[in-house]
Amino acid sequence: MRIGYIAANTFREAVRDRVLYNLIVFAFLMIGASLVLGQITIGVERELLVNLGLAAIAFFGVLIAIFIGIGLVSKEIDKRTVYTVLTRPVQRWQFILGKYFGLVGTLAVNTFFMGCGLFLALLYMTHKFERADIYVLIAIFFVFLQMVIVTSFTMLFSSFSTPIESAVMAFCFFVIGSFSTDLHSLSASAKGIVKVFATIAAYVVPNISALNVSTAVAHGEAVAGATVALNLGYALLYSGAMVAAAALIFQRRNMK
Amino acid sequence: MSTARPTVTLTLAVGILFSCALILLHNIDARRGSAIIRESLYISSPAALKRMSLGYNGLLADIYWTRAVQYFGSHHARSAEEYDLLYPLLDITTQLDPKLIVAYRFGATFLAERPPMGAGQPEKAVQLVRNGIQHNPDDWHLYYDLGFLQAWNLHDYVGASRTFANGAVLPHTNPVMGVLAASYATKGGDISTAMLLWQTTYQNNQNEMIRQNALQHIQSIQSDEAVTELEEVISRYEEQTGHAPESFLNLVYAGMLKGTPLDPTGQPYELLPGGKIQVQDPDSLPFITKGAPPGWKRKTVPLP
Amino acid sequence: MNAIATFALEKFYLTGFWRKHPKQALKPLTLEVPEGEIFGYLGPNGAGKTTTLRLLMGLVKPTAGSSKILNGTIEDPAIRAQIGFLPEQPYFYDYLTAVELLTYYAQLSGVPAGERQRRVASTLDRVGLAKDAVHTQLRKFSKGMLQRVGIAQAILHQPKLVFLDEPMSGLDPIGRREVRDLIASLKDEGKTVFFSTHILSDAEALCDRVAIVANGELRGVGAVAEMTSSLGGNMEVVWEGEGANEAIKALGRELRVAGAITRSVVPESMLNQVLDILRAKNARIISVTPVRATLEDYFLQKLAQTSGGAD
Ligand SMILES: Nc1ncnc2c1ncn2[C@@H]1O[C@H](COP(=O)(O)OP(=O)(O)O)[C@@H](O)[C@H]1O
Ligand SMILES: [Mg+2]
Repeated sequence: MRIGYIAANTFREAVRDRVLYNLIVFAFLMIGASLVLGQITIGVERELLVNLGLAAIAFFGVLIAIFIGIGLVSKEIDKRTVYTVLTRPVQRWQFILGKYFGLVGTLAVNTFFMGCGLFLALLYMTHKFERADIYVLIAIFFVFLQMVIVTSFTMLFSSFSTPIESAVMAFCFFVIGSFSTDLHSLSASAKGIVKVFATIAAYVVPNISALNVSTAVAHGEAVAGATVALNLGYALLYSGAMVAAAALIFQRRNMK
Repeated sequence: MSTARPTVTLTLAVGILFSCALILLHNIDARRGSAIIRESLYISSPAALKRMSLGYNGLLADIYWTRAVQYFGSHHARSAEEYDLLYPLLDITTQLDPKLIVAYRFGATFLAERPPMGAGQPEKAVQLVRNGIQHNPDDWHLYYDLGFLQAWNLHDYVGASRTFANGAVLPHTNPVMGVLAASYATKGGDISTAMLLWQTTYQNNQNEMIRQNALQHIQSIQSDEAVTELEEVISRYEEQTGHAPESFLNLVYAGMLKGTPLDPTGQPYELLPGGKIQVQDPDSLPFITKGAPPGWKRKTVPLP
Repeated sequence: MNAIATFALEKFYLTGFWRKHPKQALKPLTLEVPEGEIFGYLGPNGAGKTTTLRLLMGLVKPTAGSSKILNGTIEDPAIRAQIGFLPEQPYFYDYLTAVELLTYYAQLSGVPAGERQRRVASTLDRVGLAKDAVHTQLRKFSKGMLQRVGIAQAILHQPKLVFLDEPMSGLDPIGRREVRDLIASLKDEGKTVFFSTHILSDAEALCDRVAIVANGELRGVGAVAEMTSSLGGNMEVVWEGEGANEAIKALGRELRVAGAITRSVVPESMLNQVLDILRAKNARIISVTPVRATLEDYFLQKLAQTSGGAD
């Protein structure tokens, strides 16, 4: 219940922030640009639109996740707005969870609108919906799962470091995670100290690359039901672990 | 008390959730496999890729390369179908970064090998390495790989010999290149070229072992030539007298030889009953193709 | 029953880039505040008042010692439901209006949904926030208005125990007066109020008891009347006629001369002596009035004592 109130307030804060709209406008511009680009290529219009559209949604979504995520908790501590929340019958972990859900909710709404934009562009281009569009929908859902994960570790980082540091770390995590497939194969075949590091990194860093199916989907390939289930489960469990860790740190932390 | 409880619960939650996530991750990895490689190849135009990589082609090539080597280098018993992805992958990789020597070399091995160790596509391997030579004409490794591809997989010994010979004159080349060129010239039956190559090697090489080896090759070729000549003499003698010579003396008396012929190491040849020629110490002429005693085998393998 | 009790509550902050230098912000503090009191926590800036409040609120963890709030611990949400807290220089979500903010806090404090709207409106009214301001975003609020919002959020859920850190700061004289009355009315409702201030007159006018801290150390606790009387009384004497001035100066008293009128403040014990001199010199005595010792006198005395002792 209280988690819901905190989430709603976090959502309200994000929605009243102008930065959010700037980013969304950029995302729409990118989708529009890919429509224009599509007109000057031959044969790959749909691929181009789907690829660039998904990239735009992911890029701006992750940007929002990181830039709102770093201030989610630390800003409240800095400005001391936590004082009047944590001295109410609210548990600290409830606060963390509420803030997290608030941002995830914001991202869900964003992704929904940006996804609508992409589908409108698709419709404009092909004048019909095809079966393969379902998989584009799944790809958008996976992009949202990426944001769910990014928000969780950004929040964890910001629970023990400054906003700038957290942003840098979160961005690195995201980039490394996008190559995590390569990390996994490296950990399987490397030797010695490299193997140890690659293995640790491969398991600690989230597997973002598994959640990126845009190339396959752009080529009209199907996404298996089992893949959807596994990816969803993974995203939920991984972010759950991150949020719990953030709550654990927050639980013991001094509020300045 | 009341702080301890959430702390314990949260610690447990972190552990359990993370472990479960790892289990799922394992499944996800297992399901993906070749999908990654297939995905890498969706954009098959290196030009488009170069544009999309915003100038980081080298980095992109490294990524492609890493995927190729991780996927094809670390697993066994790939199906032929999966190996079909190898050439396009290496092709894109090397077009993105034409100086990535290691990618050509990897391709030379794994494209040419028969399944299950490789793709069984030697022509593709040759093509890849030829591209490599085109972009890196000064790297002897590629000549080395191409030479062997030609010799072993295409059985084109003369071509191989030429490739090795071209590689042998490059800066920083490996001394064995000359040896290989000559060996394959021999094997391809191009004796005069072989002789020439061996002589060059004997004169120019710094490595004593290689020089010895070249000398043995030269002497073996000379011996082979001598034996061929002797056999011709013997068959002429047979034509004239109607029977085979019993010893070299017969031939000397017939005015066909000046004395007992010596092999290039100075040992006399033996004339066996029935008119066959045999060397006394085949181990000192290990590369002879004629006049070796029946059942004799060369002891040492020639240098690579 | 005690509303607040602390046992050797102590706090070191680690300062410096590597957080290696411990700074003692609060020396072991043992204090009891009974229910129903208005308790003033006095001290100059940097004395450790805010630190004490943060410790009591569970916002920072004590280095040593412990505290009890309403016979329980602040870690217990059920206890937190019964307290209100106004932080020092409060800052709130500035994208919200006053009504939105208080509604949010009412939700968090568990005010039943049906009652929230009414409670928010009446509380805003009680702290005297202008009607037209309640639907304005807080980013447009002045410091004094924010202070009122802060007080509103502390009493919104009708807590049994209210902690206020410098409640009068940022307010104009009328505002101070209003807040003073509000605190007094809280006591009338049977609530306990614990407030910190560096302004003595506020405490003097309101408090049943006060504690005085300086340099993180408790210097004295007690009823205001007790403290002031312990200083002993003074008398102000006013007279006309300069003849006596020399003799009184000789007693070591300071004189203030305005034309023919002279004034001096003398200890009660000296009053008779002074009056005798005046009569002897034929001065005309205009008035003799007792001067009540203020908390300020006590406060300054306490500060002087220890800083003198420390040097
Ligand atoms: N977070 C902190 N880190 C380090 N020192 C602090 C911190 N907060 C307060 N202090 C120090 O502790 C002392 C007491 O501060 P404070 O409790 O704010 O005093 P007051 O509220 O009585 O003015 C001051 O010397 C202050 O500098
Ligand atoms: Mg203070």
